[in-house]
Amino acid sequence: MKILVPIKRVVDYNVKVRVKADQSGVELANVKMSVNPFDEIAVEEAVRLKEAGKASEIVVVTIGPEKAQEQIRTAMAIGADRGILVKTDAPIDLGGVEPLAVAKTLKALVEKEKPDLVIMGKQSIDDDSNQTGQMLSALLGWSQGTFASKVEIDGDAVKVTREVDGGLETLSLKAPAIITTDLRLNEPRFAKLPDIMKAKKKELEVVEPAALGVDYTPRLSIVKVVEPPKRVGGGKVSSVDELVDKLKNEAKVI
Amino acid sequence: MSILVIAEHDNKTIANASLNAIGAAHKIHGDIHVLVAGSSCGQVADAAAKIAGVAKVLKADAPELGHGLAENLAPLIADLGKDYSHVLAPSSTFGKNVLPRAAALLDVQQISDISAVIDADTFERPVYAGNAIATVKSSDGIKLITVRGTNFDAVAAEGGSAEIEDISSKGDSGLSSFDKLDVVESDRPELTSANIVVSGGRGLGSKENFAIIEKLADKLGGAIGASRAAVDAGYVANDMQVGQTGKVVAPSLYIAVGISGAIQHLAGMKDSKVIVAINKDADAPIFEIADYGLVGDLFEIVPELTDKL
Repeated sequence: MKILVPIKRVVDYNVKVRVKADQSGVELANVKMSVNPFDEIAVEEAVRLKEAGKASEIVVVTIGPEKAQEQIRTAMAIGADRGILVKTDAPIDLGGVEPLAVAKTLKALVEKEKPDLVIMGKQSIDDDSNQTGQMLSALLGWSQGTFASKVEIDGDAVKVTREVDGGLETLSLKAPAIITTDLRLNEPRFAKLPDIMKAKKKELEVVEPAALGVDYTPRLSIVKVVEPPKRVGGGKVSSVDELVDKLKNEAKVI
Repeated sequence: MSILVIAEHDNKTIANASLNAIGAAHKIHGDIHVLVAGSSCGQVADAAAKIAGVAKVLKADAPELGHGLAENLAPLIADLGKDYSHVLAPSSTFGKNVLPRAAALLDVQQISDISAVIDADTFERPVYAGNAIATVKSSDGIKLITVRGTNFDAVAAEGGSAEIEDISSKGDSGLSSFDKLDVVESDRPELTSANIVVSGGRGLGSKENFAIIEKLADKLGGAIGASRAAVDAGYVANDMQVGQTGKVVAPSLYIAVGISGAIQHLAGMKDSKVIVAINKDADAPIFEIADYGLVGDLFEIVPELTDKL
C-alpha cells in the first residue's frame, strides 16, 4: 500500500504571531517555521503503518516556497521515502493558495502517484480552515475519515475512529480513502541524527503548479487582518469569600 | 437572497448549534430554509418548522442519511445549494466534516468558522488560533459557510410555522458505513452551550484529582472542560478539551482551575462573560484575562469554594 502525506509549512505553534501594521496579514519574516503539527502526526501514522508492514512507500508532498523543502526533509527524517514540492511564491497562509486550490493540486498528484491512502492533518494552524482533506475526498470521489484518533487497516477495509463532539465515532471506509488526523492519533517521534542525515539524500522533486494544471488565484480576498479585541482582565481577589461575594453581587453570574 | 441552513441533529432533537447558525443567517438577511437530512427524522423536521424566522424546511428522510455520513450528505447539499445564495452549517465536527465536501463539489471556496457577518459577501473569521481576525470577501456565486456558534445568538426555537417539503436522498455512495458511536454519558449540560463551565488543567496532577472539578461543576450546575495539557496527560477525555484544537465556549461564567493559559486554550474561552482563574503561579498568563484571579493552592481553594457556594 502506497501512502501520500500532504504537509504544510506553517509558523511554529510556539510563536506568538503579530499582525502586520498595514493589516494585510500576519508577520512571517524572521519567524520560526515548522511542519504543521497535525501533518507531523499524519507522517508519523504513515511511518507506523509502514513499520507494521501495511505500507510500502510514503510520499510526502507540500505546496509552498523553495524553503518548504526544509519541512519535507523533516518528514523524511521521521520516515517518509520521497518528497514533492509544488513550488509557489504565493502566500500559503492567507490571501493566496486556498484549501480548494490545494485540494485540486493534490488531486492532480494523486492521479499521478496513485496512492491507496492519503493521510493529512485535519487543519493547518495558520488559516485554521479544516477543509482540504474533505475537499480532496470530494474531488476524487473517495471515502473520508476526518479527525481520526485511531486507524486500523485490514486489506481493503479501513476502520477509523473519529473525535466527534459527542464522543468517538467509528466508521468503516472503502479504500482508497482520505484520513485527516486529530491530536490524539499518535505522538510523533523525535528524528534521530542518523535519520536526519539520511533524509538529506532522499529524492525530492520540485514541480510547478502550472505543470499540474492548477490556478492559485484566490476566491477570497483579504479585506484586513487585525488583532482580536483585547480582553481587560487582571482583576484579583484575595480569598474564596471575596470571590463568592464578587460573583454573586458584582458579576451577578451565580 | 435565500439561505439554506444545514440542521445538525441526532434524528430526535435539533442541536442548539443549528439555532446559532440560523442566527447567523438572520444577519445575512434573506429567506431562510432549513435542511433536515436524516433517517426517521420527522420530529426534527417538525421542530425545525417551529423555529422563529424559518420560511421552509426541506426534509430528506432515508436510511443512508441517518448518521450524517459526508459521502451521502454532501451530494445532496451540493445539489440543493445551487438554488441558494448562501449555505450555512454549524462549525461543529458535523459541519466541519460535511460542508467542505459539498463546497468542493460546487467548486466553491468555503469560508470556515465565521465570527461575524459584515455583509452578504464579507465575513470575519479567527485565524492563527484566534490571535488574528481576518475579514474576507468571497467572489464565489454561492457562499458556503460554517458558523462559530458562540459568536451568534441562537434564534428562538418556537414561534415559526414553516411548511415542510419532502425531498429525495441522492442514495448511498457505498463508500463508507457507520459502525458505532461511543457517547460519553453525562447528566451535566453540554459543554458548548452550558451557562457555567468549570475547567481543569495540568495543575490538577492526576485523573483522580479531577473529582474536585466535578464537585464544583455539579454544585454550580455547570459543564466540565479541560485544557489540552490535561487531556494529553490523560486526566479526561478529548471531547472535554477547550481551545483552538478543541471546543470553543463562551459561557456566562468560566472557572479555570490549574490552567496556565496557553494561547491555544485562551482561543477557546476568552469570549466568556466572566472568567475566574485559580492557580498557584501568580504570573500565569490566565490571570491577564481573568476578571477574578485567586492565587493559591487549588486543592484548598476549590473544595472551600464548593462548600461556600
